[in-house]
Amino acid sequence: MSKDIIATIKENVIQGRKTQEDVGIDDSLAGTPGVVELVQQALDKNTSPQVIITEGLTAGMEVVGEKFSTKEYFIPDMLASAEAVGAAMDIMKPVLESANVETKGKFAIATVKGDIHDIGKNIVAILLKGAGYDVHDLGTDVPTEKVVGFVREERPGYLGLSALLTTTMIEMGVVIKALEESKLRSSVKVLIGGAAVSDEFAQEIGADAYCADAFAAVKVLDSYRQMG
Amino acid sequence: MPRAGILVDRPYERLTKEQVELIHQASMEILTAPGLISFNEEAANILHSHGAAVESIPGDRRSWQVKIPEQLILNALDNAPRTVKLGARNPDNTLIMQGDEPRVYLITGSETNIWLDVEFPTYVHKSDASREIRVPEFKPRRGTVEDLCQSAHVCEHLEMVDGYIRTVNIQDREITEENKDVNKFFASLNNNTKHFMSGLTSLKQLDNVVRMAELIVGGKKALEENPIISFITCLVKSPLQFVDDTTATFIEVCRRGLPVAVSSSPQAGTTAPIKEAGIMAQINAELLAGITLGQLVKPGTPVLYGSVPVRARMDTLGDSYGSVETSQYNIDCAQMARFYGIPNYSTSGVSDTKIPGQQSSIERLFSDIVVAMSGPQYLHCAFGLLDCNSVFCLLQAVLDDAHFKMIKFFLRQPRIDQPEMEAALKQIRAVVTTPQKLYISYIRPVLRSGEISGIYPFEGSGETDDVLELAYEQMKDLLARPVEHIDRETTARIFEEIPGILPRLNVYERES
Repeated sequence: MSKDIIATIKENVIQGRKTQEDVGIDDSLAGTPGVVELVQQALDKNTSPQVIITEGLTAGMEVVGEKFSTKEYFIPDMLASAEAVGAAMDIMKPVLESANVETKGKFAIATVKGDIHDIGKNIVAILLKGAGYDVHDLGTDVPTEKVVGFVREERPGYLGLSALLTTTMIEMGVVIKALEESKLRSSVKVLIGGAAVSDEFAQEIGADAYCADAFAAVKVLDSYRQMG
Repeated sequence: MPRAGILVDRPYERLTKEQVELIHQASMEILTAPGLISFNEEAANILHSHGAAVESIPGDRRSWQVKIPEQLILNALDNAPRTVKLGARNPDNTLIMQGDEPRVYLITGSETNIWLDVEFPTYVHKSDASREIRVPEFKPRRGTVEDLCQSAHVCEHLEMVDGYIRTVNIQDREITEENKDVNKFFASLNNNTKHFMSGLTSLKQLDNVVRMAELIVGGKKALEENPIISFITCLVKSPLQFVDDTTATFIEVCRRGLPVAVSSSPQAGTTAPIKEAGIMAQINAELLAGITLGQLVKPGTPVLYGSVPVRARMDTLGDSYGSVETSQYNIDCAQMARFYGIPNYSTSGVSDTKIPGQQSSIERLFSDIVVAMSGPQYLHCAFGLLDCNSVFCLLQAVLDDAHFKMIKFFLRQPRIDQPEMEAALKQIRAVVTTPQKLYISYIRPVLRSGEISGIYPFEGSGETDDVLELAYEQMKDLLARPVEHIDRETTARIFEEIPGILPRLNVYERES
């Protein structure tokens, strides 16, 4: 029974169906429970959260990733699946905490001061949450002090900074400098992204990585985890 | 079900109602004075017997000055069908053209002498052998009957091609004036199930090609109901002359009741006035004269208003199909044809450049978009043609197909109505209350429904321009796909009854 429900969770992740209302990639599962309902059912039946994550959610996302790489899936499909997984992780959060199961890591993200653009930032947040990271979205036009304060208080392992404008990208350097002055720089990996920035700029301001898109952000974080 | 074509909701028109009337009246005046010169005696006699003033012109070549009264032209316009059906081997490829409906069908052609082969040799960097690049190389050669088969084959699979006009002149050693028509018709019809239009090399072969079509569809009556072939005749030589041989062909085609495009191709600056008013008055007069003759030969003959105007190049006085004015004339002609309610054969996409590439794409896309917007029913849009229609390249045809998919999408009707707007408002109200304020989740229901235009199929990866190479790969894929040939029994009957077809074109004999 639990195997059936895990397989159905995986199928619904592939279809990008967060809830029963979602149609999915085709209408073959229309009207049936989505990932959120299925995960709740699985938890109610005392299915291991580890099994739900590895054999249901993560296995489903792996198939989605393959379909994206072969151009069968597009970004809206990827995001729908990631959102479904993210919603499932929200449901499982208390269970995971009580079972001492760790997430992939804490990731804070913000659009820097003076910049209100957030499409890219939001997509990164959705994808990373779907990939199993504990994502904290600090919003847009975030003052440097707020970012530094969050790092000091919450100790995220990773910080993402976003800027669209050439006039605001310099704020990224200001944040990094403030982290250094607060002796927090070594505690957090800083990733930057946005239309105005580049790999060269990342090196210039002392960021750890430049991510050209949301998928690059997932890859970079996963590579940090592998390196330990 | 006929092919859908592209229905242009609100066709782009340049002329005011008054300007249309002005052109019409000027054409009427031209046809009454000075009239036109007919080098074909039968045409002069037919027009004379219906009230035209005809006078023999002294000189070495027999010719007649023909002045056509306005009422004769108006009567002919009344007789010309408003709806023309062009059949096809595959009935799903039928084209239904209504003179007052701007539904655009995209057609290949016309005939070129040169076939352009493509290769992608690899070059190695002189100072760094690890750096390689593949560069397209184009090799022109004379077209053959095998090339025509290949062209028909690929055009069968090109989604946007609605009908086929042969793209290459067959110049094999075995091809003579006597057997060219039967070979070009058979090669085209055997490799393509869409409508086939062609000119005739020899009038003597008209009955053979008509018989071939009858055998394919199942008899004379079946051909009347499903005219899988039609003809184009350039009976007019500008300014204002009926050519002897093509007019004779035109008359015979009309007698058989098969669809025919009355074609005229004046060149502004040399064979027509350089200014718009002049070339429009003249080409309209020339086409009306041809349509009138056709209706007098056989009332109700399905005719197309075959306008192929072009401006002269100022450096060579050759045709400049890529010029802006050429598109303007074509758009004007589409409007004039609609004024008369007769389906329009128009032209776009002809490029002055010699090879596929940036200039070719820019020149042809410009005219393809604006002329298609004007809503001509039968748009000969030069799939694969280069160098002012003297060169054909399959690779270019594949590129053109991708471009026309974009144009078709561009010309689709706006989808804004009450239910659509209500759904949009509901969506906006829902999204603005979410923390991320993104509409992305609403994309999925329309992502695969055809409501979003597709990605350009030949998009390169990274910073490389792979357009030609990717199109070349698609071209090879299309060639590898089978086509539905004429069945074995019919093929045997065609080879038995129609003399002159090259034996190697019989795919069943080749197999055995």
